[in-house]
Amino acid sequence: MKYKVNEKGYYGDFGGAYIPEMLYPNVEELRQNYLKIIDDAGFQKEFHQLLKDYVGRPSPLYLAKRLSEKYGANIFLKREDLNHTGAHKINNTIGQILLAEKLGKKRIIAETGAGQHGVATATVCALRNLECVIYMGEVDIERQAPNVARMKMLGAKVVPASSGSKTLKDATNEAMRDWINNPVDTHYIIGSVVGPHPYPDMVAIFQSIISEETKKQLLEQTGSDQPDYVLACVGGGSNAMGMFYHFMDDENVKLVAVEAAGRGVSSGFSAATTYLGKEGVLHGSRSILMQTNDGQVVEPHSVSAGLDYPGIGPQHAHLFKTGRGQYVSITDEESLDAGLLLTQLEGIIPAIESAHALAHLGKMQFKGGENVVVCLSGRGDKDLDTYIKYFNL
Amino acid sequence: MNRIKELFEKKKNILSIYYTAGYPNISDTIEIAELLEKHGADMLEIGFPYSDPVADGPVIQASSKQSLDQGMTLKVLFEQLKDLRKHVKIPVLLMGYVNPVLQFGVENFCNACAEVGVDGCIVPDLPMVEYEEFYKGCFEEHNLSNVFLITPQTADERIHKIDGLTNGFIYLLSSSATTGKNLEVGDTTAQYFGRIKAMNLKNPTMIGFGISDRKTFDKACSYANGAIIGTAFVKAIENGNLEESVSNFMKEFKG
Repeated sequence: MKYKVNEKGYYGDFGGAYIPEMLYPNVEELRQNYLKIIDDAGFQKEFHQLLKDYVGRPSPLYLAKRLSEKYGANIFLKREDLNHTGAHKINNTIGQILLAEKLGKKRIIAETGAGQHGVATATVCALRNLECVIYMGEVDIERQAPNVARMKMLGAKVVPASSGSKTLKDATNEAMRDWINNPVDTHYIIGSVVGPHPYPDMVAIFQSIISEETKKQLLEQTGSDQPDYVLACVGGGSNAMGMFYHFMDDENVKLVAVEAAGRGVSSGFSAATTYLGKEGVLHGSRSILMQTNDGQVVEPHSVSAGLDYPGIGPQHAHLFKTGRGQYVSITDEESLDAGLLLTQLEGIIPAIESAHALAHLGKMQFKGGENVVVCLSGRGDKDLDTYIKYFNL
Repeated sequence: MNRIKELFEKKKNILSIYYTAGYPNISDTIEIAELLEKHGADMLEIGFPYSDPVADGPVIQASSKQSLDQGMTLKVLFEQLKDLRKHVKIPVLLMGYVNPVLQFGVENFCNACAEVGVDGCIVPDLPMVEYEEFYKGCFEEHNLSNVFLITPQTADERIHKIDGLTNGFIYLLSSSATTGKNLEVGDTTAQYFGRIKAMNLKNPTMIGFGISDRKTFDKACSYANGAIIGTAFVKAIENGNLEESVSNFMKEFKG
C-alpha cells in the first residue's frame, strides 16, 4: 500500500489540504467521516446495487481483435463508455451522492469542464431528489451545448463561470466559492482525484471499481489477473486512478498515463502537466501544475475539454515522481486519428479523452503476446462536432 | 519590537486597509500606502495577486487579474517596496495565496519581507499544520507575524490552537463567506463575536469581511480591537485621482 494516502493526507510529497479557514469545517467533516461511511456494509450494498442496476456494471472487458492485430499485442478495452451517462464519471457521483445523504446534506454543487461530470452529478441528483447547482465555464457552456441542455433537463441549475479563462479551472474556483458561502447544508462533488484531502482518496476509492472488475475479468479471460500494461488518459486523473488503483502494488504491471499535449508540448497550447509543470499548490492540494515562475497558474489547452486542466491529482504526482507510473503525452491530432482508427477497426467511437490513451498504443514497442488494458473512459457522442470538423465528414 | 504589537498596545479601534499591489496601475503600490497613512489608516495589508483567489469575491479577483496583466510578480513587488520604510511608518502586512510564496521560496520570501520592513503575512490557504512544520521557524527568525483566520464555524479548541501559533492578531471573519459581502450583525454573529471576546485570547482581534462604512466599522470595533476594509476600498480607487479617492474614502472613517 505504499502508493496510498498516509494518515496526514499525503502521497509522498503531494496532497494535503491547502484550504482557507472558511472551508476547514466542511473538509474536516468529510475527512473524519468518509472512510467510516464508505466501509459501512449498508453503504457498500446500496452503492454496488446502484452500480449494477442503474449504471450497468460490471462494464465489459473487451479483447479488441483487430486493434490487437494492428499493434501485435492483446489489447483489452475496459468499456467505461457503456456506463449510464456515457463515461466513468458516474461511478464517483453515485458514491458521493450516497455519502452526501449520510452527512445530511440537502444541496449539491459541482464543477464541470466538458459537461460529463456535470451530467453525471445532475443525474444522481435527479435520482435522489437533491438540489443541484453546476458551475461551468462560459467558454465550455458554448462549446458543449448538448450537455448543458441535458443538465437543465435533469433539473440542475447551470451557473456560468465568467472569471479567468472561463473554463474548468475557473468553474472549480466558483464551486469552491459557493461552498465557502454555503458551509452547512451543501456537499461539493468534485469530479476528479484533485482537491484537498480527502477528495483525491475518496474519488479514487469510488473509481477503483474499474480495476477491481478488470482484475477479475482478466483472470477469467487470460488466466492471470496481471496484465503487462494498463493505459489511461489523465486530465485531473480520475479514470486513470480507477484503472491503476488495484494494480499499483503489482510492480510488474506497468502503469501508463497519457496526458494531452494539445498542439504540442512546446507550442504554448498544451495540457501536458508532468512535462510542463512544477510542484506547487492548486485547488487545495500540493501537486504538479502548469505555472509561471511567479506561481501563477497557466491556462492549459487541449482539444478534449476533459483533459483541459493545468494540474494532476496528487496521487498521480506521486506515481510520476517515484517512477511507478510512466507519464507521456499525445497531441490533439494524434488523439483524433486514434479515435477514427478505433471507430473503423472496432465499431466504437471513443471520447477524445480516451482516444489519447489509444493513440499511445502506436508509440509502444511490443514483442508480441503482451496483455494490455486500455481504459476506454467515455463514448464519443459528445465529440461528434469536433470529429466532423477535423475529418471533414 | 514588532510594529504590529506596538500598534495594538497603544491604540483602540484600529483601521486596517487592504489593497491589491499594482492596482489600478502597476506603479501605484507605494503611493497608495503613503496616502493611506496620511489620511489616517493604522495598518496596511498589501495583497500580492494570484490567478486563482478562491477566498475572494469578484472585486478583489478583478483587481488581482488587472495587476497580474500589468506585470505584477512577487519579485516586482519587493522591488517596489525596497524603500517602503522611507515612506510609511505604520505596520504593513502582505496578503496572498501560498503558491506564489512556494515558488519564490519560503526562506527568500521571509528574507525579502524582513529586508523591506514588512511586519507580517496573511496567507489564507496555508494550513496551520504546514505553517507549524515548514514556515514558523523562518517567520519567527525574521520577526514576521503570521495572521490566521477564524470563522463562525471554527471550533473553540482550534481557536485556542490558532491563538497559540499567532503573534500579531487574529483575523475574525464576520461570516463564512468570500470577500465583498455586507456585515450584518444579527444574533448569531453577535453571539459568535461575544464568544470570541469571552475566550480572552492572548492575541488582539480584527474583524474583516463586510466592513464598508462608518456604521459597520463602529459595530465591528465594539466586538474587537478594530476592523479590516478590503473590497470597499479597492472599489473606491478603481477610477479617478488617487489622492482624491483615498482622502474621500478615509473621511468616512476619520471624520
